[in-house]
Amino acid sequence: MSEPQRTPLNARHKAAGARMVDFGGWEMPVQYTSILAEHAAVREAAGLFDVSHMGVFELSGPDALAAGQYLVPNDLARLQPGQGLYTQLCNPSGGVLDDLLIFALTPTCFWLVVNAGNRESDFHWVSSQLGGFEARLCRKPDPLGILALQGPRTLDILTPLAPLNLDTFKPFSIQQSTLAGHTVWISRSGYTGEDGVEIYAPHAALEPIWDLLLSSGQPAGLVPVGLGARDTLRLEAAMPLYGHELDDQTSPLEAGLGWSVKLSKSDDFIGKAALQAMQAAPLPKKRVGFSMPGSKRAPRQGYTLYSGEQPIGQVTSGSLSPTLGYPIGMAYLDGPWTADRPLPDSFEVDIRGQRYPAQLVKLPFYRRNR
Amino acid sequence: MSTYYYSKTHECFRLEDGEAVVSITPYAVEQLGEVTYVQLPEVGKHFALGEAFGEVESVKTVSELYAPISGTVKAVNSSLDDAPEQLNEDPLSQGWLIRLSADKLEELDDCLDQAEYQAYLDQLA
Repeated sequence: MSEPQRTPLNARHKAAGARMVDFGGWEMPVQYTSILAEHAAVREAAGLFDVSHMGVFELSGPDALAAGQYLVPNDLARLQPGQGLYTQLCNPSGGVLDDLLIFALTPTCFWLVVNAGNRESDFHWVSSQLGGFEARLCRKPDPLGILALQGPRTLDILTPLAPLNLDTFKPFSIQQSTLAGHTVWISRSGYTGEDGVEIYAPHAALEPIWDLLLSSGQPAGLVPVGLGARDTLRLEAAMPLYGHELDDQTSPLEAGLGWSVKLSKSDDFIGKAALQAMQAAPLPKKRVGFSMPGSKRAPRQGYTLYSGEQPIGQVTSGSLSPTLGYPIGMAYLDGPWTADRPLPDSFEVDIRGQRYPAQLVKLPFYRRNR
Repeated sequence: MSTYYYSKTHECFRLEDGEAVVSITPYAVEQLGEVTYVQLPEVGKHFALGEAFGEVESVKTVSELYAPISGTVKAVNSSLDDAPEQLNEDPLSQGWLIRLSADKLEELDDCLDQAEYQAYLDQLA
């Protein structure tokens, strides 16, 4: 086995008593104190996450916009410098190679923020698609770490420490700022269903920023949060996780991400024809949410859903919902689902040989008050 | 302080009135995180050494429980049904799982003692 990769904050996590686990080849904190307490802190106050295992690539050059438009189904032409969006990298069949955020820094320079487990394959995939474009992809030369500060108290904690233009600091926007004496980029984004930011900083700046945020944010209830609560938070917010809700056999349409697929944009993009064809017919499968209010056992990835004796789909993610207090899950139900064959309101989950009732519920499971 | 016998699957037990009082180890509890559900067998069922007798589920994951010694279930800790958090708070006493009749005492020879279990954990780290 190869040595796990470590972020520059590894020693901080261990000193804070975190339990470390392997995540996509990275040694990351799964929890510092308790998943439930860290989850609650993010819903009620704020949490700080080290997500430096994620990758940041820069796509630049005179054709950067055209290349970006070819690579993803969402419409980058809508972005002004300082704005970003959520999208996917698709293969020609419309399957998802990764999901990512793209930020326009200038008209000819875009940042791609990708998942840890796919950063190498993404880099090679994107690079291999640039042949016809005057554009190049590079890993950030000064490697960037990423901290996520998430929760309703985020701006209360951040704004005294980092100058930001709050008038333009809308969701999915990004601004340059300074924090703990270092130049950083801060985006209004996250993976928890709460207001929050992600801070992109050079590796050397991560420890000072981590320390400053935790000490300054402590009176507001800020705590460090591990990947365990990150997963329960994103599940409640019904955000897909690559390898669970998304893979190369699953299209963004099936995943319920059609809002991010702009089939109407004039540019061709990889997977466009396949997605257009899929859009014109009932979907082969559909991502749904379900809840199990009576159950003490939680659904987990790979468990089968049944309607009577008929297997109708598979669980992709599931857990006790810390906010709701009962198990929830996301699953793919095997279609096609049509007016004649509507989605079932209820079904059963096979949890290690026993069937438990589950109800179809509208996603997301949790939506914050704005 | 009782003597505990350990398995490599992180169950442990102490002998009390000729029965094995089975728990999971503090290390296992730490690895699981917050326990949300414990499934235990019925009294009277027999389990061979290493056989799965139940499961413990946490927010993060689910794990099977394996009999650290052969025996018939004499009692189960049904208070875990409503208060599974006892496993986190006090795995060795309040959070005990089942009592087994421990009918093959020669199996004790193959259990790990405290020092051997600790050495095994050190090697896992």
